Amino acid sequence: MSEAVSHAAGASPVEYIQHHLTNLHVGDGVASLDLDTLFFGWLLAAALVWLSFLVGRQLTAGTPGRLQNLLEAMVEFVDQQVKDIFPGRNPLVGPLALTIFMWVFLMNAMDLIPVDLLPLTARALGIHHLRVVPTTDLGTTFGLALSVFALIVYYNIKVKGPGGYLAMFLFHPFGKFLVPVNILMTAIEEVAKPVSLALRLFGNMFAGELLFMLIALLAFAGYPLLLQGLEGHLGALVKAGVLELSQVLLASLWSIFHILVITLQAFIFMLLSIVYLGLAHADDH
Amino acid sequence: MNLSLYTLLGQIITFGVLVWFIKRFLWGPLLGVLEERRTRIADGLAAAERGQREQKLAQERATEVLHEAKQRAGEIIARAERRATEILEEAKAEAQAEGERLLNSARAEIEREVSKVKEDLRGQVVQLAVRGAAQVLEREVDEQAHDQLLNRLAAEL
Repeated sequence: MSEAVSHAAGASPVEYIQHHLTNLHVGDGVASLDLDTLFFGWLLAAALVWLSFLVGRQLTAGTPGRLQNLLEAMVEFVDQQVKDIFPGRNPLVGPLALTIFMWVFLMNAMDLIPVDLLPLTARALGIHHLRVVPTTDLGTTFGLALSVFALIVYYNIKVKGPGGYLAMFLFHPFGKFLVPVNILMTAIEEVAKPVSLALRLFGNMFAGELLFMLIALLAFAGYPLLLQGLEGHLGALVKAGVLELSQVLLASLWSIFHILVITLQAFIFMLLSIVYLGLAHADDH
Repeated sequence: MNLSLYTLLGQIITFGVLVWFIKRFLWGPLLGVLEERRTRIADGLAAAERGQREQKLAQERATEVLHEAKQRAGEIIARAERRATEILEEAKAEAQAEGERLLNSARAEIEREVSKVKEDLRGQVVQLAVRGAAQVLEREVDEQAHDQLLNRLAAEL
């Protein structure tokens, strides 16, 4: 809340939120680069790489260590999902799904860090804009979704052949008498896959982050009261205390609930990627 | 909130590299290890089962051997008992025969003694009779004349 407080002295709630929703970026418009998103994406990717390295160094078929146990559980869990959903065999789908799950989960989990902590720290270091949750950036969610989409197209062509893929657009779902409608329908169906993947994750995480900010805004109401209280106004002090308490309570509740959301969203992204890639491998589409 | 192209590209590249790394250094080795462990556990279970089967077989054989040993012990005891009875019977028979023999010889001895005593008594009676008769008939009886008669009398006793 402290950043909110310091903002409150000079900024309105709207400015506070707008400030929080601005990436640390270079360039403008579409041709820009969000440094914070990229930084935290890399940081978490590096954490995964480091974790893999740590476990991979002393991998044993005997009694596994705690870390190996954890990763084994995750790998087996994802492997089971792939086996259940994905028809046939593809050595890429398992690691792809695991990567999506772990990376997205970690990026989502950045949301659980108190909403002002990292931006404030960054400000102390001279960086004035910072968004810490990479999955609230369309660049990340579309990056993942388009990667999956590229694989969908690739495997569609590889399995069905270019002709088969084209036929899918021409004759699906209404047979050969409604070719133009078929093209439109199938195109929408295919494009909807990455778009829904990206927007679902983005929407959930963006809304979650926004809610954390709104809860932090209680401090805006509390700050003037606190000032009055410090000048000897007892009733205002009590009101400020109540506001602060409700902020803590709400933030705690939302954080706990959000643990479910971030896990679920990572899981859904993984699961749908497997499903879509499975559809791309199905011959009788 | 607007989409920035370079972020998109950057995250795609990051994602690609991360997938490659996880496939190469985590997924592959870990599944290999899991497979190896599965094999080990399967081997262990098979070995345990084999051991159990062998133990069961060994137990069966032990029971068999024990049974056989019991049977043989029974046979040996029976034979020993039979032999003991035989020995006892033999000893009994021998003792009986020996007793009989002793009895017989004792009887013969007694008989011999009796006849010897009888002989002696006869002789003495004869002498007594002769002496009595001689005293009674001192005068009238001629020892030589009646000797034959007295001997006949002695033989009748």
